Amino acid sequence: MTAPARALDAPVVTASTESQARGVVALYAGITALVFALLMVFGLLMRASQAGVFTLPPDRFYQILTAHGIGMVAISGLGGAAVMWYFLSRYVALSRGILIANLVFFLLGVVLVLGAIFIGGFAAGWTFLYPLPARSVGTWSAAAAATYLVGVVLVGVGFLLLFLDTTRAIISKYGSLGKALGWPQAFGNSTADPPPPTVVASTVASIINIPAIAVGAVILTLSLVNALAPGFAVNALLAKNLIYFFGHVFINSTIYMSVIAVYEILPQYTGRPWKSSKPFLLAWNATMLMVLAVYPHHLFMDYANPTWANVLGQILSYTSGLPVLAVTAVATLGYVNRSGIKWSVTAALLFVSILGWSVGVIPAIVDGTIAINRVMHNTLWVPGHFHIYLMLGMVAMQFGFMYYLASSRGAADTALDRAAFWMFVLGGLAFATVFLASGAMSIPRRWAVHLAPWIGLDRLGAFFALIVVAGVVVFVTKFLTRARSISA
Amino acid sequence: MEQRIAVLVSLVLGVLLIGVFAYVARTASATGNAEAMAASSARWRRTAFVGLLLVFIPAIGFSLTKMPYSSGDAPADVVVEATGNQWAWKISAPPIAVGQRVEIRVTAADVNHGFGVYDGKNRLITQTQAMPGYTNVIRHTFTEVGTYRILCLEYCGLGHHTMFGELVVTGGAQ
Repeated sequence: MTAPARALDAPVVTASTESQARGVVALYAGITALVFALLMVFGLLMRASQAGVFTLPPDRFYQILTAHGIGMVAISGLGGAAVMWYFLSRYVALSRGILIANLVFFLLGVVLVLGAIFIGGFAAGWTFLYPLPARSVGTWSAAAAATYLVGVVLVGVGFLLLFLDTTRAIISKYGSLGKALGWPQAFGNSTADPPPPTVVASTVASIINIPAIAVGAVILTLSLVNALAPGFAVNALLAKNLIYFFGHVFINSTIYMSVIAVYEILPQYTGRPWKSSKPFLLAWNATMLMVLAVYPHHLFMDYANPTWANVLGQILSYTSGLPVLAVTAVATLGYVNRSGIKWSVTAALLFVSILGWSVGVIPAIVDGTIAINRVMHNTLWVPGHFHIYLMLGMVAMQFGFMYYLASSRGAADTALDRAAFWMFVLGGLAFATVFLASGAMSIPRRWAVHLAPWIGLDRLGAFFALIVVAGVVVFVTKFLTRARSISA
Repeated sequence: MEQRIAVLVSLVLGVLLIGVFAYVARTASATGNAEAMAASSARWRRTAFVGLLLVFIPAIGFSLTKMPYSSGDAPADVVVEATGNQWAWKISAPPIAVGQRVEIRVTAADVNHGFGVYDGKNRLITQTQAMPGYTNVIRHTFTEVGTYRILCLEYCGLGHHTMFGELVVTGGAQ
């Protein structure tokens, strides 16, 4: 007996499974909210120390730097996964067990990473740039390095399981990844309804993350062997290529997962459903291919890297983010324009997130120009641009999602919420702009101790960081006080 | 020069985008015809796409002529050997004069470092990565007399911020 045919966009969840999923997703979001706040405090501490407000010893500074970096990357993945899973589960049958398994692997990994850093003193930066984990000049042990690397592997294993499950569920529902990417509509003459934006974005995130995490596991394992048996060596340039491929793809995927919140929630405010138009499908397909090949822009100053790869890196830096970004940004403006929207903190955060993503890409593309990268690479220009499109882009998407979850349980916006929104947005823009200005003044990134001429900008940066943290504390408090009812 | 271009482009386009988003946000509470808005979006999308292509193609083409990887240049007048160690630079210091073609061969003895050359105004003028197992070559002609500081631009451990070196450029040809 065959099951009755079901329309592709028909819901696949029942009320009870929706409630169960909501509970786990609320847990994901709650952890994300708390960790974002904690890691932003870490950022504030670093900027305040550079500004001379107080002094972090260099070993502690670089430990915090490492924790801030790896923590932000990992928790952005967790928060992005929450957004993706929450909405994707409306279209395909995802495994709640895998969602929980990912969280377990994540927490186990985090325990090891935190232990390696704050007990073992590991401070090689989140990028664990080979062979630094194994060569600390006695400032951390091989055991600490190994613990960190194993911790990151565990986090990766959890995400790999999650993306394998999303891939399985998508193929099971749509028949192939090509169909889930809208190929029949984008490249053929199909008049069938295309997959919804959530499915397209989730498919892209899943496809790009599987090879990225696999490559990450390879270099993590090679670094682990090197840490335990220093006689085993890896080509340093190859190691860099592997690390930046993994890191670039993973962090970009956090935006792609988080933007689903914009696709799903903003239409509830505008009354204009987000459609998978042909340009939308073409854009996501183009971005999927380009994001896998653009990472050499992290290696422009490695003159030994093949020039053709670096040239390709520059060209793709200009073009990779633009299809999705241009389509999403223009569509956001179009959907919101004269829509009669009633602004709430949720809608405002989601709207601003597209602005943050768009504005941050500009200095990123500028830095993705080899001739300019020569005087900007590894200056504070770099955290300047990525704090705009990650903090005011991806993080804003995730906070928008959290406000949506909270407001769906009857939490109304207060004046404090609105004040927190402006503190986050304006404080964040000013904070990142100070980074950009510092980079334009050639101030290097990742320096525990700053020279006297740099301190003035550091103080400004610390001040604006304090404003951002204050706004985020309100966001997080609001969400956590509602988290219990969300999961009920 | 490059820093100014970076700031100018980012500032102008950033302010423009913020202005557009702010305008749409302010007028969003009014209502309009959704189909007309969709058609307008499609026009804007095409305009944005074509506009970006028109800007990007020449920008990419021109900037790629300014890459620092040149290998077929005339022979250098002066060769500097630089090696990054945790946490000090070992730099051969031959006399360098303004106007001479200088070749700086940069490598690392232990981990990755970044060889950043700063002028007397603390402005980064060029850089390359110092990598174990590889030699990256900077070709540069100094146009001003002075002491150029070398700062490490790749995180290399707890003494990263203490890695200073220098190159001295004098006025007359040696």
